[in-house]
Amino acid sequence: MFFYILKRLAVLVPTFFGITLLTFSLIRMIPGDPIEVMMGERSVDPVMHAAALKQLGLDQPLPVQYFHYLGQLLHGDLGASLKTQNPVWTEFKILFPATLELAVMALLFALVVGVVAGVTAAVKRGSFLDHGVMTLALTGYSMPIFWWGLMLIMLFSSGLGWTPVSGRIDLMFDIPPDTGFMLIDAWRAQRADPSLNAGALWDAAKHLILPTIVLGTIPLAVIARMTRSSMLEVLREDYVRTARAKGLSPTRVVFIHTLRNALIPVLTVIGLQVGTLMGGAVLTETIFSWPGIGKWLIDAIGRRDYPVVQSGILLVATLVIVTNFVVDILYGVANPRIRHNK
Amino acid sequence: MSTLPIPAATDELELHSGTPPSSWSEFWRGFTKNKGAVIGLVFMAIVCLAALFAPWVAPYSPIEQFRDHFLTPPAWVAGGSSQFLLGTDEVGRDILSRLIHGARLSLFVGLVSVVLALIPGVVLGLVAANFGKALDSIIMRIMDIMMALPALLLAVAIVAILGPGLGNALLAIAVVSLPAYVRLTRASAMTELNRDYVTAARLSGAGTLRIMFVTVLPNCMAPLIVHATMGFSAAILEISALGFLGMGVQPPAPEWGTMLASARDYIERAWWVVTLPGLTILFSVLAINLMGDGLRDALDPKLKTAA
Repeated sequence: MFFYILKRLAVLVPTFFGITLLTFSLIRMIPGDPIEVMMGERSVDPVMHAAALKQLGLDQPLPVQYFHYLGQLLHGDLGASLKTQNPVWTEFKILFPATLELAVMALLFALVVGVVAGVTAAVKRGSFLDHGVMTLALTGYSMPIFWWGLMLIMLFSSGLGWTPVSGRIDLMFDIPPDTGFMLIDAWRAQRADPSLNAGALWDAAKHLILPTIVLGTIPLAVIARMTRSSMLEVLREDYVRTARAKGLSPTRVVFIHTLRNALIPVLTVIGLQVGTLMGGAVLTETIFSWPGIGKWLIDAIGRRDYPVVQSGILLVATLVIVTNFVVDILYGVANPRIRHNK
Repeated sequence: MSTLPIPAATDELELHSGTPPSSWSEFWRGFTKNKGAVIGLVFMAIVCLAALFAPWVAPYSPIEQFRDHFLTPPAWVAGGSSQFLLGTDEVGRDILSRLIHGARLSLFVGLVSVVLALIPGVVLGLVAANFGKALDSIIMRIMDIMMALPALLLAVAIVAILGPGLGNALLAIAVVSLPAYVRLTRASAMTELNRDYVTAARLSGAGTLRIMFVTVLPNCMAPLIVHATMGFSAAILEISALGFLGMGVQPPAPEWGTMLASARDYIERAWWVVTLPGLTILFSVLAINLMGDGLRDALDPKLKTAA
């Protein structure tokens, strides 16, 4: 097991350096001069221009620049936003919990509904229910989620007035951002000051509902399809037939004997959905004005805030490879064949 | 007497063996068994025809503005006019005409981005499988790096650097979908390379290039075709997402996602402006994915029994 982890780590390190090379190249691939791009339409004094190039280290040879960049990264220096002058890491730390909260809720939603739908379809194979669930799953998989978000807002927010249109909580509440997770913060604020913040938790939850559904739709479809086919495969196994022959109740056979083994491939799929979730977060956060890192990156790209774009992409990519690494390790723990084969 | 049994025997032999079904008709039978796939095929055929003959099918030009028909509802709604079947948008353009012309853009993006990713993807995958460990790990590590970035984010970053527009968006989508083709080709080529027929080809003196492209590649095509179909629909989703974020095809071009970028402001007043372009994207992507499922059933019987 130790060697298995070491082997996976050995793959992780070059991948990480490759990503730094990619984010390093990003700024240098901009057509034209980054200083001019940063200054926008205003004309730049040549002396100032040279000074700015020197200050940013852009007058040095590329390999020197790259090692300088790596040195900065290893010291935890991710640069500062051109707009706010705040260090990128500080901004990321504040915004990340919002994205994490949304992503975790979306994944939970997708997992619960997806597994139930997949199991139902597999047990009732070939029935009307099976076809219905699978058609819905393929529809969800084909969904342009930004449009899906607009439709839900149109129906439930503007139309029925059930849910708020955007943001994480109503402005009338005064929630100290202790953990950054609005559900927890709102709950604590509500307990600390019931007169001022009554109903804060419910309000935070209402803000979460639509974004959760929108972000969870594609993972939900993938999990439902995966659970169904995995269940069908396991249901054919001899030990399931044995369990049935022993006279165990169908519920017990399905949930205790079959589902446990059928879920293993589903769990790997969940690991792979982390990237999908981060990409989906960009769209979902834009639609719902959710103050997370997806919206932050899109805004930064829109105003050409290159340090934020560069380090933000590096942070997201690191997040994805670390998650996949953890999933790999967990999968190796769950399935010994994997770690001995490779 | 002695000549008699011979024709009879051949007749009987033919009767029993029959001509084997051609691979095409066998494929077609498998594909049409899947009702969803047939529905998807019919829908996409209609979309393709509409796209091909857009200037003749569409009632108006996609960018013509009717100044006294801002936000006219569809014909079947109160206040609608039969002049504009699906209504008009905020500057009085006919939505039906825009959707029909938009099909050209979406199909073009889908087709070109699949080709741009498929060809280098197949070549890189075959190279990785054939040319030893060093090259293999270099190629696969680069693909790992590309896969570590969420597709949409990588596409957005590429467009942010190169500037918005159709060409750059196309390139971004192709780059983003490349790793999957490389992995798929490499994996199927690795399995095929261990087969006896490859050894036989090698023994009879076939060169590496011939082994790669003539011997092995045709046997790796089934998963690639299925994946390319899914890649086609993913490309349509991605170009519309980029358009929605203002980073894809620029207005006034009638791209479906670009049409939705400004639709948010009309949620309360004009549902058709929000609903119709999205439904068009959804139905097209769904139709292609249904076809993809049918293709997989027809081309890859192994997967069929599992699912």
